Amino acid sequence: MAILSNRLSKEQFEKNFSDIHPPFETKDAALVEANRCLFCYDAPCMKSCPTSIDVPKFIKQITTDNVKGSAHTILSSNIMGAGCSKVCPVEKLCEGACVYNLMDEDPIPIAKLQRYSTEMAMQKKWLLFKRKESKGKKVAVVGAGPAGLSCAHVLSREGIDVTVYEKEKQGGGLMTYGIAAYKVSPQFCEDEVNYILSIGGITIKYEQELGKNIQLSDLKKDYDAVYMAIGVGLARKLEIPGEQLEGVVDAISFIYEIRNSGFNKVAVGDKVVVIGMGMTAIDAATQAKRLGASEVTMLYRRTQEEMPCTEVELNIAKLDGCEIVWLAAPKEIKGADGKVNEMVVEKMKLGEPDASGRRSPVATGETFTLNVDMVIKAAGQMPYQELVAANQLENNGGKLKVSNNQTNLKGVFAGGDCVNGGKEVVDAVQAGKDGAVEILKFLNV
Amino acid sequence: MADISSIFLGIKSPNPFWLASAPPTDKKINVLRAFEAGWGGVVWKTLGSQVKNVSSRYSAVNYGGHKVMGFNNIELISDRPLAINLKEIEECIKLFPDRAMIVSLMADNNKESWHDLIKKVEDTGAHGFELNFGCPHGMTERGMGAAVGQDPEIAKMVVEWVMEKATIPVITKLTPNVHSVVPTGKAVVEAGTNALSLINTIQSVTGVDLDTLVPNPYVDGKSVFGGYCGPAVKPIALKMLTTIAQNEVTNKVPVSGIGGVSTWKDAVEFMLLGASNVQVCTAAMKHGFRIVEDMCEGLNNWMDEKGYNKLEDFIGKSVQNIVHWEDLDINYHHIANINQDKCIHCGLCYIACEDTSHQSINLDFGKPYNTYSIKEEECVGCNLCQLVCPVSDCITMVENRIAPEHVNWIEYQKRGLPLNDH
Repeated sequence: MAILSNRLSKEQFEKNFSDIHPPFETKDAALVEANRCLFCYDAPCMKSCPTSIDVPKFIKQITTDNVKGSAHTILSSNIMGAGCSKVCPVEKLCEGACVYNLMDEDPIPIAKLQRYSTEMAMQKKWLLFKRKESKGKKVAVVGAGPAGLSCAHVLSREGIDVTVYEKEKQGGGLMTYGIAAYKVSPQFCEDEVNYILSIGGITIKYEQELGKNIQLSDLKKDYDAVYMAIGVGLARKLEIPGEQLEGVVDAISFIYEIRNSGFNKVAVGDKVVVIGMGMTAIDAATQAKRLGASEVTMLYRRTQEEMPCTEVELNIAKLDGCEIVWLAAPKEIKGADGKVNEMVVEKMKLGEPDASGRRSPVATGETFTLNVDMVIKAAGQMPYQELVAANQLENNGGKLKVSNNQTNLKGVFAGGDCVNGGKEVVDAVQAGKDGAVEILKFLNV
Repeated sequence: MADISSIFLGIKSPNPFWLASAPPTDKKINVLRAFEAGWGGVVWKTLGSQVKNVSSRYSAVNYGGHKVMGFNNIELISDRPLAINLKEIEECIKLFPDRAMIVSLMADNNKESWHDLIKKVEDTGAHGFELNFGCPHGMTERGMGAAVGQDPEIAKMVVEWVMEKATIPVITKLTPNVHSVVPTGKAVVEAGTNALSLINTIQSVTGVDLDTLVPNPYVDGKSVFGGYCGPAVKPIALKMLTTIAQNEVTNKVPVSGIGGVSTWKDAVEFMLLGASNVQVCTAAMKHGFRIVEDMCEGLNNWMDEKGYNKLEDFIGKSVQNIVHWEDLDINYHHIANINQDKCIHCGLCYIACEDTSHQSINLDFGKPYNTYSIKEEECVGCNLCQLVCPVSDCITMVENRIAPEHVNWIEYQKRGLPLNDH
């Protein structure tokens, strides 16, 4: 048992991390599915999309050989429509609402069709949006993730000059750094950011971190408005003994490393335990397995009923051979020579519903022990509490408080994960749009 | 098991499905394959004076992802030497004596040419003729095909020439490229034709290539009007067939129904509206001859289910159900009903009614599923919602008579009953 990199051959890595949802091979294949669409009125799929993409319209446009119009329909509602087509949990959004489900038929593969149109737009570099003449107003956006880019794009369309400050070397935020590599490739993320920027009027300054090399007070002075889209980033601690041992990592860092290094460079344990059952937990568990871990066990305090990930995601983990243990919470991590070698797990049972409305896990006192050499923590992410407090931003446990997308500081707006605590990419895109609308009102343009 | 064998003008075939005069019946190899597949008979592709064909020849209309909903062609009559055609016809008859062999003819516009052609074809042992008065392209410019069928006087004259000479039954095929098929139909019946067949193809342009700006089908940068057929023309064919079945002159002779027949159901519809048998082309050109298997089995099962023992038991049964508008019952009324258990909330009924009909459907907003229900007092019973609903039997039309008495328009006016009551 050891934490090792380079467990598999180059070919195995390539196979394990290839696109999990491949695109349509041909136009004809896309048309077969596009033609199945009933073109619903006030469509349930559209109403289930946080960015309200007019799904029936964009699918109809594929069938009429108007793919450019189709891409415009998608991207005018969701500028990250290409990325969302790969990472959205569509089974609980648009595809989950497709009326074909009510006929016990397969829903329209909306994401795959969305990918068809948007990827073509990106490949052919269609300029679908025209920026209005500059209004002479400047807005700073902090964070080049989905919320920040979405906000910046809407503002630029309206003639605002936008500067985006990003602490990483690339844009895209969690799309680039926090999602399983078999869903989106780093190259795709880079291409998508460049495509969004092709409208012009948006400058991104990389490796600029709020509170370090840039200060909110300066941004407020130098710009007509500021949009905070700083996301969440800190992994929630388990608060159990042994958390400091070598071999205990957080899922975000683990996934970040996979995104930044070659697959053969990322070290993974032989027997890995993942704590949590959200989308990030799944991405960490499946990728640990795909990097060559021989056993991956996922622990969740509650049952499948309450799990945050979708069943489709759970099935990916199961098909990858991950072991799932329900009603199990980490109690203690034990080690030898400073390295993890065991985890004590407490069996749970369900009690009364908690604040989230889900039945809360209650300790039973009964425990069992797992032999592990790596622990990946994916029990949620924490907002940047200290950072926001230091900038006198009103917050709720680190989550920014906003009213009409504006913080307590005049001219400082916020949206996305840093406000809602962490939702889907598509929710962040919508937040960016909403924020831009309020900023435009504020700027009186 | 019902008996689906057919006798048309004394010509026997094991089923009422013939292949229409067209490319599938142009050569021995095709016809033998058709007979092996089970087709009841063929109408051999039109023989006449020697012609030359062009390339390309066909084009199609696709709809909603389905290919060849409508089909058109600019092919002329058989471009093979007459002698080869005659030899092959004779061979086919010998190999499959139980199948109908009709030969389509289009001679030059003089009596001698027709008589000469009739004689040569009769020598093959063919069972009957079909006179091609319908071909809408190419031949018309030479005064043949539809040019004959569009003029009752010329059609009558040609049929008279044919009847002087022919010793086997003669079917006259009518063109739909007229205001009504009845005048020519009457003229040729009066001239002695033994039967009619309809429809031939409809002059058409299936589309224009948006890159080259050349309409279809493409012949070196140009196109011509082609003859339209396939499923798209069935409703037109059924209407024209009905007018022949309802005319007291034309309904004295049997009719072979043609025009978009693709399935046994289409065939039954043609027969219910007066056709004694049907001819098929486009469906076979799209799928091959194997479609005849289900046509036979489906017809048989339907007849068994309905208690019909032979084709004559149902041929023409629906003719009387198409009447003049004035004869319809104004007191008849039905209104739509949405089965909420079957509804999938697609909203197609609502938007169709709201935008284009009578605003008779309620929408109760829901996320993500709206609920739709009928405003019964507003519904005029037009059927639109039912037609667009993607779920079978979800929307049904429920009878809700205005009054028990049958009152037609003439009677309605006579009594001075109210107009515009909604």
